[in-house]
Amino acid sequence: MAKRNIIPFGPQHPVLPEPINFELVTEDEKIVEALPSISYVHRGLERLVEKRDFKDFVHIADRICGLCSFQHSMGYCQAVEHVMGIEVPERALYLRTIWAELSRMHSHVFWMGTGADAFGFESIFMQALRIREAVLNIFEETTGGRVILGVCQVGGVRRDIEDDTLKEIVKRLITIKGNLEKISTVFYNDYSIRHRLEGVGYISKEDAYTLGCVGPMARASGLDLDMRALGYAAYKYLDVEPMVESGGDCYARCLVRIRENFHSIDLIRQAVEKIPQGPVAVKFKGFPDGEYFSRVEQPRGEVIHYVRGNGDKNLARFRVRVPTFTNIPAMIKVLVGSEIADVPNIILTLDPCISCTER
Amino acid sequence: MSRTVTGNLVQGPATLMYPKRPREFTKITRGQVNNDIETCIACGLCSKRCPVYAITVVKGPKDNPTKDWEIDRLKCCTCGLCVEICPKQSLTMANHYFPPVTERTAGIHKLHHTPAEKPEQAAGQEVKKEG
Repeated sequence: MAKRNIIPFGPQHPVLPEPINFELVTEDEKIVEALPSISYVHRGLERLVEKRDFKDFVHIADRICGLCSFQHSMGYCQAVEHVMGIEVPERALYLRTIWAELSRMHSHVFWMGTGADAFGFESIFMQALRIREAVLNIFEETTGGRVILGVCQVGGVRRDIEDDTLKEIVKRLITIKGNLEKISTVFYNDYSIRHRLEGVGYISKEDAYTLGCVGPMARASGLDLDMRALGYAAYKYLDVEPMVESGGDCYARCLVRIRENFHSIDLIRQAVEKIPQGPVAVKFKGFPDGEYFSRVEQPRGEVIHYVRGNGDKNLARFRVRVPTFTNIPAMIKVLVGSEIADVPNIILTLDPCISCTER
Repeated sequence: MSRTVTGNLVQGPATLMYPKRPREFTKITRGQVNNDIETCIACGLCSKRCPVYAITVVKGPKDNPTKDWEIDRLKCCTCGLCVEICPKQSLTMANHYFPPVTERTAGIHKLHHTPAEKPEQAAGQEVKKEG
């Protein structure tokens, strides 16, 4: 009869970017149960919406998370605009799409670095962060901030990008694409990476659907879920294609993210070709009265922003349902039955963003 | 692999050797907020708009119209809303951030203006850290 041990993974762990705790009940080296616990970084941001003007709350929504920062403010702005019936100008929609795709790229490249660092490949971590610097420089030159962009506002965007700058961005992305291809070949061809990641952390398509997986975790199991197909922002004018793999294991999730990087570069190029001239923001009057759900595709999956106003300058309720929170039950299912040495890999392929999970 | 190795050896470190090499900011980088107390009318709009309540504005009574403007630079989140709403454009945003300090109170920057006198800056609280 094997003896059961309880080994805590987290809240502080070298591979975890943010604190989350899993109590792993193990028998000899296989995990039989996993008990998650969160709320180490709860800041009460949803309660803050009752005390701040709804126009200024965008800056707080930006700061829910560092990696998914722009998509949070975009989702919030979209929800408020729908409630108030504001029509955002076309150029603002295209600019939001460009920044959102750049956001997705910098998050996925950062993930590639930390994912590789989890199984010991530190040089990919360094190269990936060097590539990410190029994207952060683009952010700084177009918005003024490297991580927290602060550029979305209700009614449009706060800054414009000139056409010369847009062409320059596309040129820089070609260099970035070359560097990304060098890293991706390592992921495709290296024997030790494939050995570490293939067959590990498998979740089947039916399980992923029943447990409510979203994002790259669902797309790696064969589910064709991508919220960009809803056509918010300028995605209705662009050619969006969800990257779906059927492996269901850690390696498939890796491949999904790598392919999404290249697809983002393609989407930015398409957006820069099609962007129209025009104003970037529209003035409006009044206060929000009503409720709306807005869905945005973050790098980690589908995020839902619920906004309810009752005619006052402060909103009544703001609720964010984050993809990491939805993926945790699927993560528990994956962890049961795996070896304890694979746990850091598996948890990192979920790409946990705990600041979003407990805002 | 040898190409990557020789490339890395030739290019040198990818990190900026700060503070030996200065960091280059862009023109629109968001940094610390400064006020020109001469043109400021102490309307208080910046203080009402600030999402983190970092700015405090006090206007003296009619017979002694002093102006006090104070910002806690360590609370400021560099959103730029105060600069946008200022009706006299006396607030400006520099493109470098406020340098680190060793105490929380050292981040508070106070400006005082008394009419018909040269504007003086409150000596005890203002900190200038160079280099």
